[in-house]
Amino acid sequence: MYSTKYIKPNSTSEALEAIKSMGEGKFLAGGMTLIPTLKQRLASPDGLVDISGCDLDSISDEVDAIKIGAMTKHASVGESGLVKKAIPALAKLADGIGDRQVRNRGTLGGSVANNDPSACYPSAVLALKAIVHTNTRSIEADEFFTGMFETLLEENEIIEAISFSKPAKANYVKFPNPASRYAMVGVFVAQFNDGVRVAVTGAGEGGVFRHAEMEAALSSNYNADALSALEISSEGLISDLHASPEYRANLIKEMTKRAVV
Amino acid sequence: MGEISLKLNGKLETKDVADNTLLIDFIREHVGLTGTHVGCDTSQCGACVIHLDGVSVKACTMLAKQAEGSEIVTIEGLADGDELHPMQQAFHENHGLQCGFCTPGMVMSAVEMVTKNKNISEDEIRKGLEGNICRCTGYHNIVQSVKAGAAKMGG
Repeated sequence: MYSTKYIKPNSTSEALEAIKSMGEGKFLAGGMTLIPTLKQRLASPDGLVDISGCDLDSISDEVDAIKIGAMTKHASVGESGLVKKAIPALAKLADGIGDRQVRNRGTLGGSVANNDPSACYPSAVLALKAIVHTNTRSIEADEFFTGMFETLLEENEIIEAISFSKPAKANYVKFPNPASRYAMVGVFVAQFNDGVRVAVTGAGEGGVFRHAEMEAALSSNYNADALSALEISSEGLISDLHASPEYRANLIKEMTKRAVV
Repeated sequence: MGEISLKLNGKLETKDVADNTLLIDFIREHVGLTGTHVGCDTSQCGACVIHLDGVSVKACTMLAKQAEGSEIVTIEGLADGDELHPMQQAFHENHGLQCGFCTPGMVMSAVEMVTKNKNISEDEIRKGLEGNICRCTGYHNIVQSVKAGAAKMGG
């Protein structure tokens, strides 16, 4: 790891001050992606601003939504009685990220800000009509993700919390890579009064995306059989050593069928 | 550079470290406790698992500075003098290791998951060990060891 500076402020305003004082600084959340990136010398920030002391890790019930602080760890979301009761699919998703030790450190905000194309959380944000609250504004999920590892976040903008709408029904099913546990394909299906939303992660070259055809099919008939006749296009899907675009297209349909129960 | 202070196996350790020092290097190189191992150095294998304020984490994927003010327990902190921790004893009795390289991490993961879930099932043990990789035993004896250890720990 290149030499760098480490600061741990006690509030988001102090964190913003700190990062502005650095040439090129980075916010450090759980560090489950950033620390390995630094170790491989793929990044060389002048400084790291650890935001774990900024009091951003509470979970609250907002009637129509569950609001989760950005620094809430995956393990805490997975174990939360509130989340389990209101959106069990979200607790299930959090409980399946990485491994036990990753869940004990990794955070919601860190995962969503990074927008890894194979991360689980972005699919929940998109399917559950989430609102991403930052220090300056609130952003709708449909606007937030702009491409692989890209989001609408500006430089020095911190995610403070994310509100997930409570669905009538939801489920998340992923086909994990056996080594890394990242989703080779993960599908989050959420049924609301005004229709069904289907978000796919692990598959798109542009990161997480909604699948309009499956949403239409499931909105008129919430049943796995409603998907049988659909042809899932492999265009724009990731090709890597784990799976071809065609294989991923098949997994999208299969995971969605398994999610609709 | 800067000073950090933390409790390691009950003993206060205060040392000057560079900001980019990893927690695993602090434990092994600065304090000299080499029971915690570095296997893959990429957050996958779990040989470096320790307890940070009672929670299992991979010490290769944290900065020492992030652990400022915390209480850390490593494999050296489990035994009571010459008397092994019940989980260590269970690994010994059930042949839960061959080369032993992954064992510190396995035992630390096992102790945490059993502490939080006294009546842990075999499925829960296997899921709990997803972050620990063993290249010799094939896991069967490790899972048996954790089961036996859980019983000894009052499950």
